[in-house]
Amino acid sequence: MSKKSVFEYESNMQEIHSKVLQNVLAQVSSYHKENYTQAEVLKALQSESLSIEGLKALLSPAASAFLEELAFKARMLTKRHFGNSIALFTPLYLSNYCESKCVYCGFQKGNAIARAKLSEAEIRAEMQAIADTGLQEVLLLTGEGREHASVEYIAQACKIAKEYFKVVGVEVYVMNVDEYELLHKNGCEFVTIYQETYNAQKYEKIHIFGEKRVFPYRFNGQERALKAGMRGVGFGALLGIDEFEKDALATALHAYFLQKAYPHAELSLSAPRLRPILGNRKISPKDVTEARLLQVLCAYRIFLPFANIVVSTRERAGFRDKIIDIVATKISAGVSVGIGEHSGEKKGDDQFQISDERSVAEVFSMLKKAKLQAVMSDSIYVG
Amino acid sequence: MHTLKLGKFEFNSRFILGSGKFSLELIEAAIKEANVEIITLALRRAHTGKLENILDYIPKNITILPNTSGARTAEEALKIAQLARELCGAEMIKIEVIRDSKYLLPDNYESIKAVELLAKEGFTPLPYMYPDLYAARAMRDAGAAAIMPLGAPIGTNKGLRTKDFIQILLDELDLPIIVDAGLGSPAQACEAMQMGVSAVMINTAIALSSNIPQMARAFKLAIEAGREGFLAGIAGQSKLARASSPLTGFLRD
Repeated sequence: MSKKSVFEYESNMQEIHSKVLQNVLAQVSSYHKENYTQAEVLKALQSESLSIEGLKALLSPAASAFLEELAFKARMLTKRHFGNSIALFTPLYLSNYCESKCVYCGFQKGNAIARAKLSEAEIRAEMQAIADTGLQEVLLLTGEGREHASVEYIAQACKIAKEYFKVVGVEVYVMNVDEYELLHKNGCEFVTIYQETYNAQKYEKIHIFGEKRVFPYRFNGQERALKAGMRGVGFGALLGIDEFEKDALATALHAYFLQKAYPHAELSLSAPRLRPILGNRKISPKDVTEARLLQVLCAYRIFLPFANIVVSTRERAGFRDKIIDIVATKISAGVSVGIGEHSGEKKGDDQFQISDERSVAEVFSMLKKAKLQAVMSDSIYVG
Repeated sequence: MHTLKLGKFEFNSRFILGSGKFSLELIEAAIKEANVEIITLALRRAHTGKLENILDYIPKNITILPNTSGARTAEEALKIAQLARELCGAEMIKIEVIRDSKYLLPDNYESIKAVELLAKEGFTPLPYMYPDLYAARAMRDAGAAAIMPLGAPIGTNKGLRTKDFIQILLDELDLPIIVDAGLGSPAQACEAMQMGVSAVMINTAIALSSNIPQMARAFKLAIEAGREGFLAGIAGQSKLARASSPLTGFLRD
């Protein structure tokens, strides 16, 4: 399997005929970040609505000299669209079994970690423990392992989650339209998929084998989810894998072109940076410093002012506390990235190391002090 | 000053406060300063969890106007309205049907259908709408108790960009017209009230000001001044001079 091109579908994978991938790749391949001048950055900052060219300028090295101006504009747009609201959620790992080998991930097949999968009773116990903290939104996660966590298993978890939460999303392996339909029927409204990197050559190198290796199938996951009736979709590149400016550009354009085709879609963007993993503690985000991360997030906000921007506990508390006043509108709280830790003892190892270990109550209290409003649910289930 | 009549409900205040962009403590401050009697509530946020509840910050004498934000179709709006009735007994519902995540412009076609559905179910529907005369008439005929045209897109604070079209609605419809979305300053609210709209709704302009109680008070005063001005009858403008001692006053027959 590893010798197949990453553009080659496997037989169980549904193809949709979408032009979004080709549009994104065309823009990214013609992007030469060094060509942008400070004058172009200023022009972009002064424009009423940011063009694709403007986005390229704001992501370029030339824009790093204008970080304060970027933050100022991003903050103004965030407040205009979201006011003082910050949405809270937590991820719940259902299973860390994985059939793919992706070199940057702690769950990769062959990594010597404790594997586990929650039973229905354990799912309920975990959800009860999370709901007891006051959270109303949950994001269900699995590894890339259909064999261990089937679509039906995830659908059942969504159904159970609807008993405990108002908003249910998934961040699992990518699926066909009919499979997303099954999740949607069981209460799932949001699908998040990280492309990791939009550089197909790099993608091929770091995804050694497994379903996740098929680049366009993964890329078109959000579109299949929207075709299945999902309310919103999330996007993200794992910054630090490849040239981060190009990956950030591709992420924003992926969301942009899909929104053009599906105007009702609610978008959210994440900008996770590489974190050390079990079995490889040397992995780091390299040149993606906090300043560059902020530049990316501000460019996202200015380009897509209405999109949610999520900042996870991969980032340290001090960074998260400030970023919510500038650009982020959604943060995770009370996070465990292991299996079974919310309600009792952890029975499966973590995907990566988190940096912010605060409880929901602690995050809530931090928001109050900052005169921001914690929003536990910004959606309503009408399915 | 005459009362504001919305279906079978009557209010003294013509200032409707939107709540979506506030911190909860600041809602309380704005209510106190603005003398509002109606505050909107997005049902999707009706409870902020076990840690805090928006309803704790809204005095009992204030009418809660649940909205259907999140609805993309008339049927979804109806479901949300039914949930609102279950949760807080609300009969008056602000209809928001939006199918564009970028501009959040209301879908008039679906909103007309939503008015029909809600009116049949006994609700008092107040549809948020794009100021289009045909749609406004259809909403009136379907049972809207008022219509809520936007002045400018939500959150933009750009003011009465749709003024000419709201004027057409005022001229043609015998139905309360409430300007919703886009009003960014007390002067703009005053201008809308002077035109003769029945009420205005404000959210972002207050929520994002640096002194929320003071800005809420400023809007209250502006709304009252605009209403008084309208009732008094604004003297029309003229491009031609009209002296108080007319030049033609010597003429006889």
